[in-house]
Amino acid sequence: MEEFFFYLFASVTVGLVLLMIVQDSPVASAMCLVGAFFGLSGLYVLLSAPFVAVMQILVYAGAIMVLFVFVIMLLNLKEHELVYDRMNLKRVVVLFIGLGLFAFLTKLFLRIPKVEFAAVEASFGTVKEVGRTMFVNYLIPFELIGILLLVGLVGAVLLGRREE
Amino acid sequence: MITIHHYLILSALLFCLGLVGLVVRKNLLIMFMCLEVLLNAVNLTLIALARYFRVMDGQVVAFFVMAVAAVEAAIGLGILINVFRTRQSVKTTDLTALQG
Repeated sequence: MEEFFFYLFASVTVGLVLLMIVQDSPVASAMCLVGAFFGLSGLYVLLSAPFVAVMQILVYAGAIMVLFVFVIMLLNLKEHELVYDRMNLKRVVVLFIGLGLFAFLTKLFLRIPKVEFAAVEASFGTVKEVGRTMFVNYLIPFELIGILLLVGLVGAVLLGRREE
Repeated sequence: MITIHHYLILSALLFCLGLVGLVVRKNLLIMFMCLEVLLNAVNLTLIALARYFRVMDGQVVAFFVMAVAAVEAAIGLGILINVFRTRQSVKTTDLTALQG
C-alpha cells in the first residue's frame, strides 16, 4: 500500500515538474508546479510529517503560487515573448551535466545502509511535537525568520513602489 | 519496501530537474519556479532524513526553508516587475546591459 502511494506521488511530482520546465506559457507552468507541490505534500504525509504537508499546501500551493500567478497577470506578456527556443548544443551539454550530477548523488546516497524505516510513535510530526521542537530548541532561528519576513515585506513594498 | 533510498534518489532527481530547468529556460518567471523546485527537493531530503533518524529537527528546518522561500519569492518577483518596467521583457537574452 505504502509503495503504491509512494510511486503515485513520486511520478505525479516528477512528471509535473518535467511538464513545468517544457511549458511555453508561464501560467501553465505555474499550474503544473501547484500539482507538483500537492504530490510532494502527499510524500510528506507518507513520511509522517502531517504538519509540514499542510504547510506545504498552504504556503507553497496557496501563497507563493498565487503570488506567481498575480505577477504573470500583471506583466501581461505578449505571445512572442513566450516562445520556447529550440534544443541546441549548449542545452544538450547542460542536460548531460544534470544527468551526471544525478548519477553522482545516487551513487552517494546508495552508500547509506539499506534498512527499513523504524516505527515512530503516533505523535511524530504533529503540530504539538513540531511546535515543541521549534520553540524549545529552535527559538532564536524562529525569531530570526520573523525578522527576515519583516525585512522581506519592507523590501517588497520598496521594490514595488513606482518612482516619482 | 520503501526505504530512505527511494526518497533520497527522488529528491536528487527533483534537484537535478530544477537545476537543468534553471539553466535551460530563458524566461525569468519559469527560472524562479525552478528555484522553488530546488528548495522543495532539499525539503524532501530534510523530511526523509528526519523520519530516518526519528528526530523532529528536520521538519523544523524544512519549515524555516519554506519561510525563506516565501521571502525569496516576494523579493524576486518584486525585482522581476521592476525589470519588466524598465526593459519590457522577462527574457534573460534581453538583459544585456552588463554584456553577459
